[in-house]
Amino acid sequence: MSILIKNGRVIDPANGIDEVSDILIEGSTIKEVGKSLSAAAAQIIDASGLVVMPGLVDMHVHLRDPGQEHKEDIVTGTRAAVCGGVTSVVCMPNTSPVVDNKTVVEYIINKAAREGYCNVFPAGTITRGLAGGELAPIAGLKAAGAVAISDDGMPVKNSNVMRRAMEYAKNFDMLMICHSEDLELVNGGVMNEGEISTRLGLRGNPTVAESIAVARDCALAEYTGARVHITHISCAESVEVIRAAKTRGVNVTADTAPHYFSLTDAAVLGWNTNAKMNPPLRTADDVAAIIEGLRDGTIDAIATDHAPHHIDEKNVEFDLAMNGIIGLETSLSLGLTHLVRTGKLTLPQLVEKMSANPSRILGINRGTLAVGAAADVAIVDIEAKRMVDVANFKSKSKNSPFDGAELFGEVRNTIVAGKIVV
Amino acid sequence: MKHLLGLSDVSAAEIRQILDLTAEMKTLIKRDNKKDSRLIGKSVVNLFYENSTRTRLSFELAGKYLGADVANIAASSSSVSKGESLIDTVKTIDAMRADVIVMRHQNSGAAKIVSENVAASVINAGDGMNEHPTQALLDMFTILESKGRIEGLKVAIVGDIAHSRVARSNIYGLTKMGASVSLAAPATLIPTGIEKLAQLPGSCAVYTDVEEALVGADVVMGLRIQRERLKAALFPSLGEYAKCFGINDGRLRLAKPDAILLHPAPMNRGVEITTSVADGAQSLIESQVTNGVAVRMAVLEMLAG
Repeated sequence: MSILIKNGRVIDPANGIDEVSDILIEGSTIKEVGKSLSAAAAQIIDASGLVVMPGLVDMHVHLRDPGQEHKEDIVTGTRAAVCGGVTSVVCMPNTSPVVDNKTVVEYIINKAAREGYCNVFPAGTITRGLAGGELAPIAGLKAAGAVAISDDGMPVKNSNVMRRAMEYAKNFDMLMICHSEDLELVNGGVMNEGEISTRLGLRGNPTVAESIAVARDCALAEYTGARVHITHISCAESVEVIRAAKTRGVNVTADTAPHYFSLTDAAVLGWNTNAKMNPPLRTADDVAAIIEGLRDGTIDAIATDHAPHHIDEKNVEFDLAMNGIIGLETSLSLGLTHLVRTGKLTLPQLVEKMSANPSRILGINRGTLAVGAAADVAIVDIEAKRMVDVANFKSKSKNSPFDGAELFGEVRNTIVAGKIVV
Repeated sequence: MKHLLGLSDVSAAEIRQILDLTAEMKTLIKRDNKKDSRLIGKSVVNLFYENSTRTRLSFELAGKYLGADVANIAASSSSVSKGESLIDTVKTIDAMRADVIVMRHQNSGAAKIVSENVAASVINAGDGMNEHPTQALLDMFTILESKGRIEGLKVAIVGDIAHSRVARSNIYGLTKMGASVSLAAPATLIPTGIEKLAQLPGSCAVYTDVEEALVGADVVMGLRIQRERLKAALFPSLGEYAKCFGINDGRLRLAKPDAILLHPAPMNRGVEITTSVADGAQSLIESQVTNGVAVRMAVLEMLAG
């Protein structure tokens, strides 16, 4: 089985390519890239006027499987991913049971291989049971196939535990993904602390709760030399802390989520629970700083923090609503609309932050269209305008603040390991 | 008006209309026979998720004086304790054809959620730290009764602004009616950007020195200080609070000689207010309670009459 993609604008940031070209896929890998390719018996996709990019790599996704399948599962979550042009996801370990042992890692990998639509790379926990105390079996998790460790959502409070976890993870060259937040400073806050939280009578979560923890985790990364990645940074101060750390040569990388460059805390007005997530939406100044961080390379990657929740968990008092929004089916469009069309990033830069860079950080050998690479490809009409309608989402959950938004970009085809899945 | 969820979304004209109707209601409750017939056949349900003495009783009597049937539900003794959601609970009340649901709830925005899920009119009797519109309306009525106007007055609000729905509703209401508001509290009890709630920019000012805020005030309003704030490290002791921020005779003298004193109650005597001030000649705290019934009659009449 071979596929020939003709006349598309091929963007492969890993190899500095941005030109109209053809791509020949044979089996599960890319066979040839060049002009005027032809192949016998190939299925031909005419990509004239379309962009052909590496399948996107989303390094922060909650698939909720095992244990919370009323929100999402591996099948629906990966189906949502490929509809958004995403061909590889890292799934976070706060499932039920949590991913703190090799059995759960194997369950995820096996189910994804059997029933999933895209590549699934599990993250294990840093500590057993996400409890912040004893270390999880990091070497065992890695041997079973976990690509990173993270206590996402339950940041490790004890700095000594964090230090030892980094030292031990470094021993096995395991990437640590940090949800950096000082929970004492969060102090029950349910949205960004500022004028809007005051207006709504909601407890505020100040930016310093995030940046102080980012500073700690950068300092520990510097001290231990471990590979540390700070996820979903949301505020100006965090960008500044990471910029300074990188300037000193600390081995730290970072991502932000599409909502942190497309929305402000004004989206919460009316107690909109679909604008409730952690970290919270910030102010326009923070949005500008996040975009600047993306521009100057302080922020390496864009990841969704796709966090599905059932409507019963969102259609409640704001204080009681679960944190998080879904993102897989809107991330590329939000990048195109708010970063590329506004001239903040070039298209190759956006693609790089959504494929090559996360792939490099994770060490998973994806995110490129080089000859011999896995044939994970997204074919996108970047000029198409669409109205987001959550009713059409493949995700089991519908908790998106972008319902009804007009965005650019439509995924025409997604190919995973040489198979057309969209 | 279909609902009264907060003064943030009520116009000055509507506030005036409510205050005019309140005056009429006040003459009604001063009569020997207080029973009126204008809400006969209407039902009012008081749904209280938080404890309340005066607000719940005030709504209950207001409804009864107007002839409505009034029922009370305390969340602690209802299906809520069996884990029923807020929306399911209010839909049940709505299905029994209640005309008005009066609700108090610990979460900000709760009244709005309810209003979106029922056919009945909803009156917010306090939601979290958001709003308590009938309290602000009765405060404004009390000011109007005593001063003859609201416009141009200086109102000092002293106490726990951060956690106060009374402060928020009063900032919205008073500045819409043309008053200026001075807020005073320790910095730990003043939330970011509170002055921006004012209808007109500049009509709300923040002070961390209570005495500066009181100078030349026409109205002084104390807010309750809760002991539990000590555990959150917001101030060191009730004694230090009283010494630095409490309203006492000396501080009240900084206000205009004819200034009036208000407090939404319940009071912590000796903390945010001394007994001599609370029971002094300038205090209208008891009038506030009477006016509260009249205001709630006016609001019920407007929504259900």
